[in-house]
Amino acid sequence: MLVPIKWMKQYVEINTDDKTLADKLTLTGSHVDAVIDYEKKVTNVVTGKILEIEKHPNADKLIVTQIDINKDEPVQIITGAKNVNVGDVVPVCLEGAELPNGLKIKKSNFRGLPSYGMMCSYEELGFDDKVIPKEARDGIAILPPDTELGKDIKDVLELDGSALEVEVTFNRPDCLNIVGMARETAATLGTKFKFPEIEIKNEQGDIKEYLNGVEIEDEDLCSRFYAKVIKDIKIGPSPLWMQRTLMDAGMRPINNIVDVTNFVMLELGQPLHAYNLEALSGRKLIARRAKQDEKIVTIDQNERSLSDRMLVIADSEKPACIAGVMGGYYSEINDDTKIMVLESANFNPKSIRETSKKLGMRSEASARNEKPMGYVMVELANKRACQLIEMIGAGTVVGGYLEAGRSEYEAPVVTLRPHRVPWLLGVDIPVDDMLKYLNLLEIESTFDGEKIISKIPYFRTDIEQEADLIEEVGRLYVFENIESAPLLGSTRVGRKSDKRNLEDYIKTILCGIGLYEITTYSFISPKSYDNICVSSDSPLRNYVRILNPLGEDFSSMRTTLVPNMMEVISRNSNRGVDNAKLFEIGSIFIPKEQPVVNEPHEKIKLCIGMYGNYDFFDLKGIIEAVLSRLGIKVSLKPVTDNPSFHPGRTAAMYVNDDLLGIYGEMSMEAAGNYGIDHKVYAAEIDIEKLLEHKDTNWKYEPLPKYPAMVRDIAVIVKDEILAGEMIETIEAVNPHLIESVELFDVYKGEHVREGYKSTAFSVTYRNKERTLTEKEIESIHKKILEQLERKYEAKLRM
Amino acid sequence: MRDQLLKLKEEVLKQLKECADNADIEKVRIQCLGKKGDLTAILRSMGGLSEEERPEIGKLANEVRAIIEEEMKVIKEKINSLEASKKVKSEVLDITMPGRIPEIGRRHPLLQAKEELESVFMRMGYDVVSGPEIETVANNFDDLNAPYDHPSRDWSDTFYISDDLILRTHTSPVQVRTMREAVKENKLPVRAVCTGRTFRFDDVDDTHSPMFHQMECIVVDKGVTLANLKDSIDQFVKELFGNNVTTRFRPHNFPFTEPSAEVDVSCHICMGKGCSSCRGTGWSMELLGCGMIHPNVLRNCGIDPEIYSGYAFGMGIDRVTMVKYGIPNIRLLFENDVRFLKQF
Repeated sequence: MLVPIKWMKQYVEINTDDKTLADKLTLTGSHVDAVIDYEKKVTNVVTGKILEIEKHPNADKLIVTQIDINKDEPVQIITGAKNVNVGDVVPVCLEGAELPNGLKIKKSNFRGLPSYGMMCSYEELGFDDKVIPKEARDGIAILPPDTELGKDIKDVLELDGSALEVEVTFNRPDCLNIVGMARETAATLGTKFKFPEIEIKNEQGDIKEYLNGVEIEDEDLCSRFYAKVIKDIKIGPSPLWMQRTLMDAGMRPINNIVDVTNFVMLELGQPLHAYNLEALSGRKLIARRAKQDEKIVTIDQNERSLSDRMLVIADSEKPACIAGVMGGYYSEINDDTKIMVLESANFNPKSIRETSKKLGMRSEASARNEKPMGYVMVELANKRACQLIEMIGAGTVVGGYLEAGRSEYEAPVVTLRPHRVPWLLGVDIPVDDMLKYLNLLEIESTFDGEKIISKIPYFRTDIEQEADLIEEVGRLYVFENIESAPLLGSTRVGRKSDKRNLEDYIKTILCGIGLYEITTYSFISPKSYDNICVSSDSPLRNYVRILNPLGEDFSSMRTTLVPNMMEVISRNSNRGVDNAKLFEIGSIFIPKEQPVVNEPHEKIKLCIGMYGNYDFFDLKGIIEAVLSRLGIKVSLKPVTDNPSFHPGRTAAMYVNDDLLGIYGEMSMEAAGNYGIDHKVYAAEIDIEKLLEHKDTNWKYEPLPKYPAMVRDIAVIVKDEILAGEMIETIEAVNPHLIESVELFDVYKGEHVREGYKSTAFSVTYRNKERTLTEKEIESIHKKILEQLERKYEAKLRM
Repeated sequence: MRDQLLKLKEEVLKQLKECADNADIEKVRIQCLGKKGDLTAILRSMGGLSEEERPEIGKLANEVRAIIEEEMKVIKEKINSLEASKKVKSEVLDITMPGRIPEIGRRHPLLQAKEELESVFMRMGYDVVSGPEIETVANNFDDLNAPYDHPSRDWSDTFYISDDLILRTHTSPVQVRTMREAVKENKLPVRAVCTGRTFRFDDVDDTHSPMFHQMECIVVDKGVTLANLKDSIDQFVKELFGNNVTTRFRPHNFPFTEPSAEVDVSCHICMGKGCSSCRGTGWSMELLGCGMIHPNVLRNCGIDPEIYSGYAFGMGIDRVTMVKYGIPNIRLLFENDVRFLKQF
């Protein structure tokens, strides 16, 4: 929020410079994001009144003006501006004038006539377009007719001062206005705060003569409604001081009535709404729910369709206003309005927020109505507006008011035990200081010898319990002044869960052997399941759906990490990265039922993906490397029926009957769906299962004392015989003496029949107790061949 | 015979001097000392000498042999060292040519940062805890004292799975889980750190992502104060950014802490002097949010706020990572371009 310091000074004594003020406010909780300097670099610009306007004899679009600047002779200025008339008072840049945009004014010649300066706009005086008064937006700044002539524009427009840009926290809507910030400032600086004196001097008549009544039909959406009537309205510009005050607070002046309501909203935080009373059917205002699909044309002249979750303020026939959000067009104040109703009310914040969001209409007023200031302020603000209207001569206030809903405020009492302050803050603060701080904040507090008793004022609904008062004391003491103190107690080092340690270990291994870690969104497109060719009855399609996703492409909580991996591979491949080895460890989500009611299962998966000059066995090697470091031995089964994967190049890993994961080459269709025309290898492995089967209790085994002997054996078998099974068969022949079996060659082609392959194994024999003899080895080697022949119809390859 | 020996000696020594490599020496050796060598022949013919001559000549012959052998050794060493240096010379490499780097992978920069943060807190005695990404509204909002009409609960701010389930909007629900578990298992006090994914209804742009990461720490014990919180954060910030960095505690508001504060860290670009990146304030904005755990939250978790107090603080990890590595756009973190990942 923008807080002009000059405005704030009307309610509080400020005895520091702006920078110190900003720092101090920040340290007591009103975070000042920036100090904005309004000092404008303007020289030699004075006020002048246009005495004469003549057409330029030689130019259609130019006029020649004579301007009285309170000197002996008027100055002649030629301009193309269209919004000036004889009698207007305008800023005149004389010869040698300088403007904030760097412009320097010189005497010049327009088609044969001299011009001794120029008239200027608010924009040229350095104002932001969004605060320039409506009628002066596209032309010269027009000043009030009674402005003294020949005066320095800097004095007339008060082109100085500064404003604080304050971030107001959610719990402090009372600070979303100048008076609230003044109250904070007073408390921070320890100076005096003064609430504006509200007094209407000359009320005439009785409201009941003009307005038949105000009613609340839906108390849950409107808790208080207060109205006054103003007659004899003369719409016109508001006085310059009010315009300038609004402009410095970031708001555009419109006309005297609108400016007053905006002024009060900024000053006190309470939005007001004015209705043209003569336009209201039945001369009544009713706060009620809109009917479903009820229509209203709002002041921007758009027709809006409402729902029964929205509150309207209606006359006896139709909605006159979308309550707290935007006024209706037909009851709007216009230049001919003579009599009006001024409304102030408390609405349901949630309803206001939903309505303004749904209709796409968020304004300063609706934002403030989302954080109501309470029953008391409703009346104060309305009267304050009446006072100002009267003061600036914009109308006559009618006596009395009409109201509906709750109006009473009983200050709740919250107590504070002084010893709880050091208990929570870790600093000793004298009781007197606590009392001082609370009272500075206008929280009326007394000490009864045991506890502080605080009466909570209407504008501080955020204070509900002791801790809230401790915060108030602490922030005025200033947290920065509380000395740090080391935490006492345990000094042990923190721990991680076994699962997390495992994840970290796997990541370390994978990075060590050349893989790159990726991280991707937890939600994916439901189309992803089609893209990776998941079968229609697969449980992977049973996913947790986000009810309000950012878009369909982000609506499924993933049941597999593979689609994201494929997307990343596709992206890299498209960008010209010719190979990559990647992994992600992340959660998948499995619903317990549909529609989802209970918290779904979240499981951690490891996904590996690679493409480029790699093959199946590179992937397998990576997985085996990880498994070996975890001490896990798996058996593999070929997977031929998973449409995501190549039916002849995919393996499922089991420990006993427990499925740990699957890996292999992605099917051509799946790769194709991601626009990848080369081979992609992927794995998805269950981390929880790895944790379950992990066995890393490494034990020392004596180093071999006797030599090993290596014998090779090559046999011809049918293609479909699995090498892994043959290795297991060989090992089983004599697990005691066969130390290891290694497949070192697979050959197909010349000398090997079609449908057959030659497989060559290297068998290492070792006896731990003594040196093996040639004879022993011969006999085992023979048995191996026998087994292979018997089991696989293998033929020894000569 | 004596002359013969002396002549042989002279000759052999001369030949040795002319030797260029070990093969030459071997040739000389065989010719002189070999079974059929000249010296051997002379020795053999000593049988024809008189009794008086024999010892004398024998002695001389042995001396000649010793001299020749000694010389041979010297020459050999010379040649060896010459050859060695020749070999070394022939093996000289251009050591500026590139090495063969075994491929080393990389941790994702975001997760690297996340783990570094965890490690810092583990050293400070915090256990690493975690919670689910799909959370209950109760844990994420209600029990954290979030007002029922708080905008963060709106469908336009939070992803809903059902009326009671959402994607967690912060890591704070892990506080609730951790405190409850500590109470259930009688394991108070608590010191825990949690990092993880969080989600908010934000469209993707340079600085926003619907998924981002947070870190959260809690301490619950008897006698924990705001002064302790300040100390912990000071320590942590120094650990993370070095000793030159200063912090500023500003009161703030969070539903789940009371009092609450935000912590600014002195601007990393101007070191607190004020520059354009910190809008002249000298402070880079809002590193983390913190506060004393709200008594309502403690109560909701079954902890008596009259006996126990605690603090909590949390921060976004994505932004810290981006600042640390100078990453200008949050999208880069989730694109996983290998050329990006390779840089960290």
